[in-house]
Amino acid sequence: MGKNRFKYSEITPERVFLNRRSVLTKGLSFLAFSGANSSSWASEGYVKSQWSSNAKPNSYEDITTYNNFYEFGTDKSDPSKYAHNLKTRPWVVEIGGLVSKPGMYDFDQIIKNIALEERIYSFRCVEGWSMVIPWLGFSLSEVLKKVEPLSAAKYVAFETLVRPEEMFGQRYNILDWPYREGLTISEAMHPLTMLSTGLYGKELPNQNGAPLRLVVPWKYGFKSIKSIVKISFTETQPQTSWNMQSPREYGFYSNVNPDVDHPRWSQATERPIGKGIFAKRKKTLKFNGYGDEVASLYSGMDLSKFY
Amino acid sequence: MNVWRIINRSILITPVWLIYFVGLIPATVLFYRAFFNNLGADPLKTLEHELGEYALIFLIILLSFRPIKKLMSLNLIKFRRSIGLLAFWYATLHFLTYIILDQQLIWDLLIGDLIKRPYIIVGFFAFLTLVPLALTSNIWSIRRLGMVKWKNLHLLVYISAILAVLHYVLLVKSWPIKPLLYLLVIVLLIAFRFLLKRFL
Repeated sequence: MGKNRFKYSEITPERVFLNRRSVLTKGLSFLAFSGANSSSWASEGYVKSQWSSNAKPNSYEDITTYNNFYEFGTDKSDPSKYAHNLKTRPWVVEIGGLVSKPGMYDFDQIIKNIALEERIYSFRCVEGWSMVIPWLGFSLSEVLKKVEPLSAAKYVAFETLVRPEEMFGQRYNILDWPYREGLTISEAMHPLTMLSTGLYGKELPNQNGAPLRLVVPWKYGFKSIKSIVKISFTETQPQTSWNMQSPREYGFYSNVNPDVDHPRWSQATERPIGKGIFAKRKKTLKFNGYGDEVASLYSGMDLSKFY
Repeated sequence: MNVWRIINRSILITPVWLIYFVGLIPATVLFYRAFFNNLGADPLKTLEHELGEYALIFLIILLSFRPIKKLMSLNLIKFRRSIGLLAFWYATLHFLTYIILDQQLIWDLLIGDLIKRPYIIVGFFAFLTLVPLALTSNIWSIRRLGMVKWKNLHLLVYISAILAVLHYVLLVKSWPIKPLLYLLVIVLLIAFRFLLKRFL
């Protein structure tokens, strides 16, 4: 008998399993991160981050109606039409792998005691367009430090929720679900790398990856994985969705780089969204303009090879 | 059959100018909305893609005249030139939108695209094959070339159609369903024209 065979009766029904999860996490929330009062979603305010730029953000409407979130369909208007079906509470993130404090962490528990910051970042899509988005959130490192990664951990892997009954796009194998992304540990610990829970001073809309998404401003947008339910620390480079789909077109690093073309289009310029049909193309900046902060992460690396 | 007679009769009385008029409505609406920034967050891409899709749709309508005639005994040949020219005009608008509004006449980008990007190369050739067809879509050219030559030349439209739909399939990320459906339709139309001919 193969090791993956088990009797049907041994499988925990999903409802029981989910209940068990919520009991577990409720229990955990007393154990870990004990301290200040539980803050549910932070409407207490936020501070402007030192990492924020002074660029003028796109309109709320542009940011929330023009989304690539294939879990809700491949058209950019699909997410804003269908993402309301997604239930984002309760929300549990499984943190595991090479880490001292693995566990099922409830969303509220993750954001507890972390000050929300507003960070205006430029967002560059691999398709050649860009937006400016005022994210709310905090450095991913704040959460990673809490769970204490082991020194053997070289990479951090992320996964998006799989729930085809609420995410209709997952009924088609347009990508190999769940959506997967990954960073090296040094990229993940970089203060620019953020977990976002909101934008424009409001809770994150579902189509933008509620309740918790990654934002890595010097990489192409698809690296910034949405609606995260799993974070694991690994020794080897994790699989990432678009790389699995087409390794020639999408590398693991996917740093914004005007000198390395996508095989099907140039990356030298970008079209800023929100300025109408006569908007002038902008020259794309290496590392999306964050070179001073992050170029050192890749010193000695041939970026045309590690694209 | 009565319905058939009604349909054939309506074909007979429908003036060709009406096809041009109706056919150009989508382009008018698209440019109007694009100009007044009413095409979503990325009006340029919407405009560009929709114009291309209309070109493809008119090509499919054009190619479906033959099976409609063979299978349903409805003769739409009267509208062939207008539909063909509409396909060409939409392809031209699509092409110009790409060159002028999207790539903004940045020749480095355009030439780079034309050398390196398969979907651009295929799309460009799709457009090129439509040019001689549009130029010879008049009675003078038919007379000049003679019916046999003219007909052979216009078989090129099947090449245009397959290149146009390949251009679409190669452009998109992953394998969404819509371009693949267009591909299927065009493959079926080509099969009907060249493979099933002897059985009909």
